[in-house]
Amino acid sequence: MNDILTREEIIAPENIVYERTCLLTDCALSYCPGCGHGTAHRLIMETIEEMNIQSETIGVAPVGCSVLAYEFMDIDMQQAAHGRAPAVATGIKRLYPNKFVFTYQGDGDLAAIGTGETLHTCNRGENIAIFFVNNGIYGMTGGQMAPTTLPGMKTATSPFGRDTASMGYPLKITELVAQLPGTFYVTRQSVHTPANVRKTKKAIEKAFEYQKLNRGLCFVEIVSNCNSGWKMTPQESNDWMEANMFPTYPLGDIKLPKL
Amino acid sequence: MAKVKGEIVVNTERCKGCELCVPVCKEKTIAMSSGLNSKGYHFATTVNEDCNGCTNCGLVCPDGAITVYRVKVA
Repeated sequence: MNDILTREEIIAPENIVYERTCLLTDCALSYCPGCGHGTAHRLIMETIEEMNIQSETIGVAPVGCSVLAYEFMDIDMQQAAHGRAPAVATGIKRLYPNKFVFTYQGDGDLAAIGTGETLHTCNRGENIAIFFVNNGIYGMTGGQMAPTTLPGMKTATSPFGRDTASMGYPLKITELVAQLPGTFYVTRQSVHTPANVRKTKKAIEKAFEYQKLNRGLCFVEIVSNCNSGWKMTPQESNDWMEANMFPTYPLGDIKLPKL
Repeated sequence: MAKVKGEIVVNTERCKGCELCVPVCKEKTIAMSSGLNSKGYHFATTVNEDCNGCTNCGLVCPDGAITVYRVKVA
């Protein structure tokens, strides 16, 4: 039969099963090779494309590696001062309650500099979604220790490893905000394997769907790698993340909504 | 006998050579090229015709450089 399909016959527009979403601009992503940020960006944009809400969505970009997210995401975006993305998103959502509003933040932005904004926005139960990319390090500024850095983890500012006696313990901010009555859906996912990518996409879809209900804040943490900050190859950093990050930051839903 | 036949197209200029797509390909279709793109990265390329269009490589590619095609073979 027609077993001998040539490459040219297969590569036809009607046979596409996976392609880059049109809501990402043609700009080359500014991230290091193998960084989870690119996958996280793509999943958010794919979800917005599939829900067909690109004209109703406003994103807030943080400070950090993903500071240029507004260059890559082809929707309405606002860039906020360091850590203040949830506060800016609160203002946008209160002015435009029918829009879908999300923030995209790293761990230095959300868990260190913006801890106050994050906790109070979650506590007020603003109807926004927060996408939190946690790689346990300040990636953009050169790999300094963040509140989410693991005990004993070597960074630029803890060259002998994080000493919990003087530097404290990793801040599990996702578990923290799950305690607050203002949050509606809190989950932790990762994007290092195809199965985890699919789960993360489902979580992002839920975060946008639940925004229609106006019942509270949806918080999606994405545990990610920082191969250049951790001084590893992309694959090594993913393996290291599985072995070391996941025991401290276990994947799964932390707070499921009571519908 | 394979029921589906797949094919991938790598945007070689977008590929940053992170090699994350290589271990997730169960058919061992993807390898890194010996050539370089204009940014100096060894980009991903196909080395056999066993691709079944499972989209694993496309899902993990941080830069969205891979387009996956799939057809049913009768």
